[in-house]
Amino acid sequence: MKFEEHKTIFDRGAPERRAFAQRVDGTSDDLLADIPKGLLRVESPLLPEVSELQAVRHYTNLSKKNFSIDSQFYPLGSCTMKYNPRAAHKAASLTGFLNRHPLAPENISQGFLECLYDLQEILKELTGMKGVSLAPMAGAQGEFAGVSMIRAYHEANGDHQRREIIVPSAAHGTNPATAVMCGYEVTEIAVGPDGDVDLEELKSKVGPQTAGLMMTNPSTCGVFERQISEIASTVHQAGGLLYYDGANLNAILGKIKPGTMGFDVLHMNLHKTFATPHGGGGPGAGPVGVSERLLPFLPIPIVDKKKKEGDVNEFSWRSGSETEQTIGKLSAFSGNSGILLRALSYALLLGDEGMARVGEYATLNANYLAAKLSQSGFQLAYPDRRATHEFIITFAQEAKEHGVSAMDIAKRLLDYGFHAPTTYFPLLVPECFLIEPTETEDKSELDGFVEAMKAIRQEMLEDPEVLRSAPHTLPVRRLDDVKAARELNLAWSPF
Amino acid sequence: MPYIPHTHSDVELMLEAIGVDDIEALFDEIPGDLSEERSSALSSGLSELEMMLRMQERASRDEGNLCFLGAGCYDHHIPAAVWDIASRGEFMTAYTPYQAEASQGTLQLIYEYQSMMTQLTAMDVSNASVYDGASGLAEAILMAVRSNKSNKSGKVLYAEALNPVYLSATNTIISSQGIELERLPIESNGVLVINKKADQAPAAVVIQQPNFFGRLEQVDEITNWAHSQGALVIAVVNPMSLGVLKPPGLWGDDGVDIACGDGQPLGIPMSSGGPSFGFICCKSKFVRQIPGRVVGKTEDLDGQPGYALTLQAREQHIRRGKATSNICTNQGLLVTAGTIYLSLLGAKGLRETAIKSHQNTNYLREKLLQLPGVEDEYPGPVFNEFVVRLPVDVNELVALMTEQNILAGLPIERVADEGGVVRNKLLVAVTEKRTEQEMDRYLDVFSNVLGELST
Repeated sequence: MKFEEHKTIFDRGAPERRAFAQRVDGTSDDLLADIPKGLLRVESPLLPEVSELQAVRHYTNLSKKNFSIDSQFYPLGSCTMKYNPRAAHKAASLTGFLNRHPLAPENISQGFLECLYDLQEILKELTGMKGVSLAPMAGAQGEFAGVSMIRAYHEANGDHQRREIIVPSAAHGTNPATAVMCGYEVTEIAVGPDGDVDLEELKSKVGPQTAGLMMTNPSTCGVFERQISEIASTVHQAGGLLYYDGANLNAILGKIKPGTMGFDVLHMNLHKTFATPHGGGGPGAGPVGVSERLLPFLPIPIVDKKKKEGDVNEFSWRSGSETEQTIGKLSAFSGNSGILLRALSYALLLGDEGMARVGEYATLNANYLAAKLSQSGFQLAYPDRRATHEFIITFAQEAKEHGVSAMDIAKRLLDYGFHAPTTYFPLLVPECFLIEPTETEDKSELDGFVEAMKAIRQEMLEDPEVLRSAPHTLPVRRLDDVKAARELNLAWSPF
Repeated sequence: MPYIPHTHSDVELMLEAIGVDDIEALFDEIPGDLSEERSSALSSGLSELEMMLRMQERASRDEGNLCFLGAGCYDHHIPAAVWDIASRGEFMTAYTPYQAEASQGTLQLIYEYQSMMTQLTAMDVSNASVYDGASGLAEAILMAVRSNKSNKSGKVLYAEALNPVYLSATNTIISSQGIELERLPIESNGVLVINKKADQAPAAVVIQQPNFFGRLEQVDEITNWAHSQGALVIAVVNPMSLGVLKPPGLWGDDGVDIACGDGQPLGIPMSSGGPSFGFICCKSKFVRQIPGRVVGKTEDLDGQPGYALTLQAREQHIRRGKATSNICTNQGLLVTAGTIYLSLLGAKGLRETAIKSHQNTNYLREKLLQLPGVEDEYPGPVFNEFVVRLPVDVNELVALMTEQNILAGLPIERVADEGGVVRNKLLVAVTEKRTEQEMDRYLDVFSNVLGELST
């Protein structure tokens, strides 16, 4: 490894060097004379002083230190790392979309507004809900919007004693965190040995204090919650509402609708189900859908359609009395519009049939991979259940017998050129992998993953230290997380 | 089948390995009464060409307008290299860097981003970004209220000239947290003048610089005043302005406690307002209260430098209901663009861009104020934007200028309650990107429309 490889962009700079890209001629400090001295900056910030080529080379080389969908199989459970079609990216990057100012008047925004309207309608139909708002900027914000609507609904009914949100113990961490942000207390219910919710415990815990229940289906255990209808009626009978965390929507897309399962409110993760790029951790988009009774509370903005003379459609932002009960705005403008345009492009490319195939082939891939891994001696967490779009294997036995953890196996997989599945989630299965191959992977890629897992198992038997000290072939070896947290170094300094 | 690679024989072999006859059998655990007819939201799938044509037709309908709108989203030049590099698949199609060893590119980039933001704001610590400026302010307020150990009142004061849209989003996000937001009224010149003690000591004070009207607040005085009340100070800043304006870490005697804002001016296209990124920086003593991802530098087994997500004990996937926020994404791709943008500009380029924007703003403002009946609503120095009061109906003027493909600015009444008084105020923004010819065209059209509406 060359010494150079550890340099930051700051280390590459030299005083006076600069890139040409943003040279502005004819500026001088005299032009700031009208601003009081006390409000001006005296010392320059220490920003990089590099040439354009240095910057381009530095960031190109950094990019090569990443695993990505474009370069590796990325079976990260619950994250739906499917192929992100280039066409959707291109469509959203058309100059008319990129250069549109968010406050541009409606009459010169009809193209953009029509796109948002179409996407609202598509999402409504696919989820079986009565209304959709595209405002939330990510799944967690969608959850926030959803639970806020539950709260607004109960308050509008004068139901102030409902202080509690129920979540299954296998829920995503965002569920309880969201409930708390919305001012609720969280009650957990157990998940049984077969992966389904403990219905008896649910029945004993719901009551007049229950505002709602948040769950995913298929659950984070990678199985379909078979008692969903009983769960829905139990919660509804107690006066609570049912929240659908759309993280796993990919599994049932085009097959069944959350609305039919009895859910009152949901969020979708367009960066998962609608194949928009994850961008190294964002941006996402987390639209919310609601049943009839929550319609008045949807977050704004929302696009409406009116027929004008001559059958011309006119699109406008919803306003006035129709938004009186809204929970409000969630962002400065209209959310992550660029992501919404990508999602619409993707939906147009797939059409109804393509949408239905997503759930089918995602499920086929997951069940195939589960079968092959099981046949190769790996332990499925729920062997008696059908896998959905994802499934769990547990290395509890390997950990006990060979002193090798799920993390060791994950790190060794990186050496084989596969991104590791989600590790240690859900928390209730010890030493686990949550594996989601998605529908866009071909059979040979899945077979390659199985071969890698078998090879790693062999290494575990012969020389487990290879796993414990993995990875061996990446830009860095295993990193010291404890040091990172204890001796905080969060910014470059010249000293 | 779009993006599904399975051949017929693949499917056969896979079903055989699973031990079922067809794909439908894989859904046998779903109760029959839940299944439905295939949805009909969409027509059949379009070809790539058909889809592009449809989207092009729509995009082109909204195209070709000269932009003098701002109010939190600005039309700056974006160097070509920014998105050429940020759009590389290795950045664009990676996920949150949970597997640090396989994500050193994203992680080092975020570390460099955090470094640049602390330099720009003169603060100690930056997080890896949040959704946008508005939600960033909400998170900053929640963070300040959590962090202020000596004042648990939940009372937060804000200067009236705070972006009203930020305020509205903040109200939504903090509505269940027992926080009371209280307005500090501005003077007739559009800025805050502090002349008395608060009735009840606030937990935090929010100041925007430049404020929503483009005016420059007396940030040193306000910061010192707020600190003397035992409040934490939250600055809302435009990162581009920090090329020339005093960074919040140096406001008053001790600097602000939290600085936040929207990164859009740093190489992010307007794109109807999103995606962009919000930033949050703070003093190091509050680092354990900062929301969102944070990247730290560490070492690997060989003692070589490397980067990893750190302080994860604050976050939802560990702390669940006790997390500092439910947030789990940052705006990674936009941070990538912003970081490359700042590398290409450096301190000099940023300063020049800010000065040029200022020069253009002053040029247009002076010329507009020479037009008959156009008044300076808030006299005094501004950055990037300003407010004029018109002798005609502001909405009519905007509509007529729109017909000539000029976005004249934002009628303030569209975003802020004016108390029922018609003031005809227009917020106009000018960046370094506007040429003299463009500004002169604006003035010509403005002047004509004004004449037309006055008669």
